[in-house]
Amino acid sequence: MSKPKVAFFDFACCEGCQLQVANIGELLLDVLDIVQVVEFREVMSEKWDGEFDVAFVEGSITDEHAVERVKKIRDRSKILVALGSCATIGGVNGMKNSFDLEEVGRYVYGESYKFFPTIHTKAVHQVVPVDYFINGCPIYQPEFITVLKCILQGIPYYVPEYPVCVECKLNENVCMYDRGLTCMGPVTKAGCNSWCINNGNICYGCRGLTINPNTDGFKEVLKNYKIPEDFLMKKIEMYNKCKELDKS
Amino acid sequence: MSQNININVNYLTRVEGHGNIVVEVKDGKLEICRLEIVESPRFFEAFLRGRSIYEAPHITCRICGICSCGHTLASIQAAEDALGIKPTEQTTLLRKLLLHYEQLDSHLLHIYLLVAPDLVGVPSFVPLIKSNPDVVRRALRMKRLCNELCDILVGRHVHPISAVVGGFTKLPSVNDLEEMHKKLLDLRQDMEATVELFSNLTFPEFERDTEYVGLINDEDEYPFLYGDIGSTDGFRVSKYEYKNVTNEFIVPYATAKRTKWHRESYAVGALARFNLNHEKLHPKAKQAAAVLNLKPKCINPYLNTVAQIVECVHCVEDALRIIESVWQRGINYEEIVVPDINEQGILPVREGQGIGAVEVPRGLLIHHYECDERGIFKNANCVIPTNQNTHNIELDMLNLIPEIINKSQEEITFALEMLVRAYDPCISCSVHMVKVNLK
Repeated sequence: MSKPKVAFFDFACCEGCQLQVANIGELLLDVLDIVQVVEFREVMSEKWDGEFDVAFVEGSITDEHAVERVKKIRDRSKILVALGSCATIGGVNGMKNSFDLEEVGRYVYGESYKFFPTIHTKAVHQVVPVDYFINGCPIYQPEFITVLKCILQGIPYYVPEYPVCVECKLNENVCMYDRGLTCMGPVTKAGCNSWCINNGNICYGCRGLTINPNTDGFKEVLKNYKIPEDFLMKKIEMYNKCKELDKS
Repeated sequence: MSQNININVNYLTRVEGHGNIVVEVKDGKLEICRLEIVESPRFFEAFLRGRSIYEAPHITCRICGICSCGHTLASIQAAEDALGIKPTEQTTLLRKLLLHYEQLDSHLLHIYLLVAPDLVGVPSFVPLIKSNPDVVRRALRMKRLCNELCDILVGRHVHPISAVVGGFTKLPSVNDLEEMHKKLLDLRQDMEATVELFSNLTFPEFERDTEYVGLINDEDEYPFLYGDIGSTDGFRVSKYEYKNVTNEFIVPYATAKRTKWHRESYAVGALARFNLNHEKLHPKAKQAAAVLNLKPKCINPYLNTVAQIVECVHCVEDALRIIESVWQRGINYEEIVVPDINEQGILPVREGQGIGAVEVPRGLLIHHYECDERGIFKNANCVIPTNQNTHNIELDMLNLIPEIINKSQEEITFALEMLVRAYDPCISCSVHMVKVNLK
């Protein structure tokens, strides 16, 4: 049996999630034993013009050119994987959507802004169908390996539906609310092993909101700790602004 | 002899981000020579407005996955400058350590995975797995070690977690220090083999004199984290005058912002730093430079990669020194800060401006912030190393093409790609650049 042909593509992003893949060290050699990476522009000059068994797409869709490009990639791919927050939920690029697009262009590029046609930031699944989601900014390497195994076995990967708090409690961290901070852990999808809180920071919600957030419970937390709702909305917007495009 | 050449490298490979090289020669005359940036802009400066300055490092480090720690440190410096926060000695030491890890991680990626395939004529490191398995294993092992060092110090390399405005949200334990020390000793061994390997590889010969720009200061340390902005033409200004250095300008065929100081263009990065501060390198790094035959002032841009190797030797040695010194001092855990501290009002917030100027792997990075009395962003500006290098790269190409015009189109393309790659451009970072519409 020939090895599955795998490719990596990137759109508006920092390319950090591809780097997380390149950063798995010697384990990369084991991965390359079972798949054939046919395109990975960041670290390879090889190109491929056939069909992809698996295409990993990093980054958000932020202009018409990108819309066309991702559609073409979709057409050529049996399985398409959204890699990292920019691809799965729009990520930090979504903050742009809170502003008038022309004003944003003018602010950064002055009168040359017309050279940068931009559209509202979209996650990949808001443009083409996505088969697997690997959340996180950046992706959590153990989860990448788990998802890769699922893909190769042809079985689905279920992103945990419980919040980061569950993992955080198991890691015995002191609750950030008890330290006087507003943490996104209670409403954010788990799967990162509460990476940021383990390192003394808060959860910023980079993996996206849980599918069934305990809204009442969370409201009570906010009330108990006297946290205004608009302050919280600002925190949610850092990664999750594009979610509102899901509803339309 | 090639009278007509038409080169259009659509998406340069083995560089960070999307860029194209376009060259047209008609009847032996060079008509077009451009390095185009076609990365989708992300408008970071625009959407920072309205956010808290304490969130700046978390957001701006996401400009780039490769130099994420560098952006974090420039951002922290700008924010602390604006807020009037002075970092403690311990914090400064650990930040210097983090910046060393950043140089190592990024340089090693560039040296081994992006440049080495060019030197042996293969399209990527993948064919090397079979032909040179020991080299590939070493490269991946060194990358892993760098990542593990960052994991211990700041949680991870891509988008560090614990380095924040005011200090660190987590400080290394004594075990952590021991662990980092051990890993650095492993890296030291691999660095020796790296110097040996590259001393036997040949880089293209090409020279063009230019102004090299980077941080300089009066201390004994090779400056990465602090300093004035200096140049090999003998100029020196404070970071607050960075706009007099960058002099952003527009080229007639495009509206792309570029920079120049005293000449038509200037260069930043490892080679610039080596040319400016070589006498402050660790003795072992000086030895490596001698073995690799790198001498100041070096004006062959292809040797930027060699300067990176020399800097790696320096960073390993200086990181070991920092850890030993932190060890001796003992860590003061009372300095642990809580993130997003303005929520608690522990640190004062004042209206003002601040500038961070830091040497990141690809060169001088500047973050310039302005916030109101609640610490909310009014304005932000970032000047990225790759932006400062673009015009210099193009002038290099312009000078190189006549020298190699009798070669085949493939050979010319390869030489140009390799030249651009030598600068280790980081195109996701270069958010100021304008897309060029081709005919």
